[in-house]
Amino acid sequence: MNSEPARDRLVSLLERAAELKELLSGNEAIARGIYEAGVKVAVGYPGTPSTEILENVEKYKEDVYCEWSPNEKVAFEVAAGASLTGARAIVTMKHVGLNVAADPLMTLTYVGAVGGFVAIVADDPGMHSSQNEQDTRQYARFAKIPILEPADSEEARDFLVAGLELSEKFKTPVILRTTTRISHSRTLVQLRERVEHEPQGFKKDPPRFVPIPAWARPMRVRVEERLKAMAPEVCASPMNRIEWAGKELGIIACGVAYQYVKEVFPEASVLKLGWAYPFPDELIRQFAAGVSRLLVVEELDDFVEEHVKSLGIACDGKNFIPNIGELSPMLLRRIRARMEGKELPQTLPVEEASQLPPRPPVLCPSCPHRAVFAALGKFDVVVTGDIGCYSLGVAAPLNRMDTILCMGAGISMAHGMKVAGEKRRVVGMVGDSTFFHSGITGLLDIGYNKSAPVIIILDNRVTAMTGHQENPGSGLTLMGETTWQASIEDFARACGIKRVFAVDPLKYDAFIELLKESFDTPEPTVIISRSPCIVHDHSGLQTVRQVDPDLCRTCKVCLKIGCPALEFTDGHVRINSLMCGGCSLCEQICPFDAISPISEP
Amino acid sequence: MNDCVSVFLTGVGGQGILLASEILSNAAMLAGFDVKTNEIHGMAQRGGTVTAQVRYGQKVYSPLICEGDARVLCAFEMAEAVRAAHYLAPSGLAVVNQYRIIPVTVSSGSSTYPQDIKETLRKRFPRLCYFDATARAAEAGTERAANVVLLGATSVGLDLPEETWLEAIRKTVKPKFIEVNLKAFAAGRAAAQS
Repeated sequence: MNSEPARDRLVSLLERAAELKELLSGNEAIARGIYEAGVKVAVGYPGTPSTEILENVEKYKEDVYCEWSPNEKVAFEVAAGASLTGARAIVTMKHVGLNVAADPLMTLTYVGAVGGFVAIVADDPGMHSSQNEQDTRQYARFAKIPILEPADSEEARDFLVAGLELSEKFKTPVILRTTTRISHSRTLVQLRERVEHEPQGFKKDPPRFVPIPAWARPMRVRVEERLKAMAPEVCASPMNRIEWAGKELGIIACGVAYQYVKEVFPEASVLKLGWAYPFPDELIRQFAAGVSRLLVVEELDDFVEEHVKSLGIACDGKNFIPNIGELSPMLLRRIRARMEGKELPQTLPVEEASQLPPRPPVLCPSCPHRAVFAALGKFDVVVTGDIGCYSLGVAAPLNRMDTILCMGAGISMAHGMKVAGEKRRVVGMVGDSTFFHSGITGLLDIGYNKSAPVIIILDNRVTAMTGHQENPGSGLTLMGETTWQASIEDFARACGIKRVFAVDPLKYDAFIELLKESFDTPEPTVIISRSPCIVHDHSGLQTVRQVDPDLCRTCKVCLKIGCPALEFTDGHVRINSLMCGGCSLCEQICPFDAISPISEP
Repeated sequence: MNDCVSVFLTGVGGQGILLASEILSNAAMLAGFDVKTNEIHGMAQRGGTVTAQVRYGQKVYSPLICEGDARVLCAFEMAEAVRAAHYLAPSGLAVVNQYRIIPVTVSSGSSTYPQDIKETLRKRFPRLCYFDATARAAEAGTERAANVVLLGATSVGLDLPEETWLEAIRKTVKPKFIEVNLKAFAAGRAAAQS
């Protein structure tokens, strides 16, 4: 097929190419940047699309200390502490995580950084895996700190390094903002070597590090002076550049939108803003003066557009570009047609596609959470839910979750409903990682202020939804060391809850009995549903189940639990043996004993 | 749009789409092209539709493909081929696995799986390569290599040298699975050329 010499030539060519560049996701590239820039401390809390940053930093654990913190606020503070010793430090989170970390952010901006401090925040326009699509750039303006927006993986690495340098030069925290399409797109990156940055150690300086009012007031002034001092730098930075082309149309573009603009408007001049705040006013004025018509293309809010207009410069923007959802080259093609007074025919999915069965994400086969939802289906209850795999319990056929707000709210909102006098039984539901993240304080409130919901903590020993990260209950750290396993029972009792049970929900009848008894008690109850995530911990896999067609009466009770391994085709219920993990829930609920383990060969 | 080549991969979580996307993008990179890929992670992977997009050329800007621009649509599951059909260029090649994964929405009775899907595929795709990749993979040594069988068929619709594909497979899969995957790739290529 191919001769050996040709193959050898190819291999050597390939090896040389491989030395030069690697195809990395934005998240992998940022992890690489963390290593190369001599970062000492890298911490965060998992959240799509940010999670793989720290997972990849773990590869460099000989040089970079890394950890999953219990939540983003803690992580932010850990990185802040590290920075004050002079160490370069970063913290990672998804956009909503910055809400949790907003408290330390809004004062670290006064205290400032010593070693470079970058908060890497991943936004999710279009809400692929999120409950909202807030625009993190607003936080940069709110906190009066720089925000950097890469447009591909190489820039993600480069901007991280530039952010650490900026942070040290201006003694400011910096935000590196990615979006889903930057985090999860893979593009070529040229690797570099690590450059060490040895911390000097913490140097006592109370007027600098202690924002009691007398010292916070001068700090407040310094925040404004810092913004002014950055003005020339932001205009001269290579992160912001003008690419002159035709003078008819000029486009200001940020983040991944730059790539779409280059593809859909190849003839336009482009002002690419990689460092959008503080705004590069002079650069914007220079660019606007050089083109006849100005358009701002940015995802989500009119962050740049509003400022351009405040400079007295006329521009198009959100009158054409939606502020909801993510952009795409297809969307820009349509917008371009509309700006030119044309209408592009819609390339809709084929007609037959509308008749396709939806394929939404579902709880995995043999997921222990399924038993909890199936059991709750037997009671008239309100379930205040939370963020995690178990959010999927809201969907048909389980339909057993009624609210979601944010991490930890599953517990606190249950308390709120009880004190408001809700007549139905109220169940609050959170996962193990979510409980450690921000459920503990809600439970303390229940113990302290004496309401009586039933709180179910779905303890599968891992942060499953984001891809099985360790948490304080796992007994393992991100760096692979064994550690103490936090006891949810002990936390619950310490919060003043006397009725605390840890049970396996797959002992289904007993679980239903416990629920019933708990609903009849005037005291708060914590039920820890303890069963490992089957995808993560295969030790729980059991013998595959099968349906006996002679005993099955096609009552379809088993189909109500929404297990992907149970298929109903051609009038028969079957169990897909490749999917079934043998949890036995279907066997336990079958009224006709038609389901049993397959006989061993 | 510029002269980049776009490939759209689609299927269901767990079918090995991300590995296929990685081999394809490595092959394009080894052939000396600029490459960008995009995949959706997270919640969608829990049994939902999973898609991956790969683009290569002298200079690639957008990692996302425009509708109607993909040179090859490679579907690991039949219904997903129909769902993503609008991404394929009119002259493009559709590689479709003759394989059905019943969604929970069908089992629970809230929707039905189309019975005449083969007919839909034939009507919709003038250039259709429709075969049982799982069976070919089993012949090659393991059903799990169905993704690489499909990649072999996909390669027929692209202009990358065969050597770079083989090198990309060697570079991407675990050493002990290289041989079976090379066989699977050849089987897929043969299926598309027959």
